[in-house]
Amino acid sequence: MSTALAAALRPERVLNEALLRYVLRLGDTSLVLGQRLGEWVGHAPTLEEDLGLANLALDLIGQARLFLTYAGEIEGRERDEDALAYLRDAPDFFNLALAEQPNGDFGATIVRQWLIDAWQLQIYSGLQESTDSRLAAIAAKALKETRYHYRFSSGWLVRLGDGTAESHERVQRAVDELWRFTSELFAPDEVDERMAAAGIAPPLGAQEARWSACVEEDLRAATLKRPSEQPYPWHGKRGVHTEHLGYVLAEMQHLQRTYPGARW
Amino acid sequence: MAALIADQATAARERAVWELLAQVPDPEIPVLSIVDLGIVRHVRHGADGRLSIGLTPTYSGCPATEVIRSSVRNALEKHGHATAAIEEVLSPPWTSDWLTPEAHRKLAAFGIAPPEAAVSNPKQLWRATVVTCPRCGSRATVRVSEFGSTPCKAHYQCSACREPFDYFKCL
Repeated sequence: MSTALAAALRPERVLNEALLRYVLRLGDTSLVLGQRLGEWVGHAPTLEEDLGLANLALDLIGQARLFLTYAGEIEGRERDEDALAYLRDAPDFFNLALAEQPNGDFGATIVRQWLIDAWQLQIYSGLQESTDSRLAAIAAKALKETRYHYRFSSGWLVRLGDGTAESHERVQRAVDELWRFTSELFAPDEVDERMAAAGIAPPLGAQEARWSACVEEDLRAATLKRPSEQPYPWHGKRGVHTEHLGYVLAEMQHLQRTYPGARW
Repeated sequence: MAALIADQATAARERAVWELLAQVPDPEIPVLSIVDLGIVRHVRHGADGRLSIGLTPTYSGCPATEVIRSSVRNALEKHGHATAAIEEVLSPPWTSDWLTPEAHRKLAAFGIAPPEAAVSNPKQLWRATVVTCPRCGSRATVRVSEFGSTPCKAHYQCSACREPFDYFKCL
């Protein structure tokens, strides 16, 4: 066996690769969702909600920067947050497929936000206890912001669900439509398992139960029904995306792709 | 004795840097300095004598963070600390509890309602907060929007004097 191959098989190396993938998943989910929310700027139903969505986007992109900077350091190939955000193509993005789904109407944006906020609440709470001190610090910071996001999105979910007949119908349709993307939120793969074994990330099982209870309670308050349909197993976090991510990246990366290294 | 004098000299130098940083304004709320805001975590001299400043961001995505960094860099360079290192400190995360009492006073005088409660208990966030109008002092105010002109503020209106105002959120 060549020494290079032996080195490549070292357990630390395997753990490092898994950590890199895990951190990219978190960062990419925040980045893509933040980019989606940015599309609302100037188009939201009222000025206040326009500001609200833009503020959420700002927090999410800020979180993405912290995660991606860390990912670049773990990778050790001199890629910074910008290189990772602007110069990777869709199969190298590991965000949840839910995050890249189109905005739809305001109700659909709220449903997507609420599902991910409730997920991030669980993930970041657990990560505060991570054996990886950098992740624990980022999570503790992000968690405080996520609480505000969740208060905003769950508040709107209830107002729309328990609102007029039309708002109820539209937000229920969005829940039905987006539900199929929830399967991958807590479905562990080998990366999640390695992270849990190393004490870097909490095991997903207990978190899923708490997420589910939280989502259930909000749906009830919003007079909405939890879809009975079994969610289809999407694999955004493995780099297998819906067609929508390519369009998000085309817009987000356009400037850096056209004028590499452009700054202002 | 010599060591004690050296320690005192270092302490005095660090105090001078703190005073210098107390002159650096927050770009979005210029009435506050970055020291009032509680985002300067440390000023210290390393074993090699190099000065190091620790800054913590308020919100992860706060666009002011980079402006603050370069203002601190400028201030340091102008006062002979060109080699100082500026470090980002994430843990423990910043909370609005780090605002100094002076900051609360300055915010209110500037027309921004300061955070109403300490946030050591996260449940605080879920309670309906009664915010005092910074103009007329009335407690009859309503929240117009969870999010205001910057990530750290919410938008309120006073029911007594009808003035709209910003509220510095608890984080």
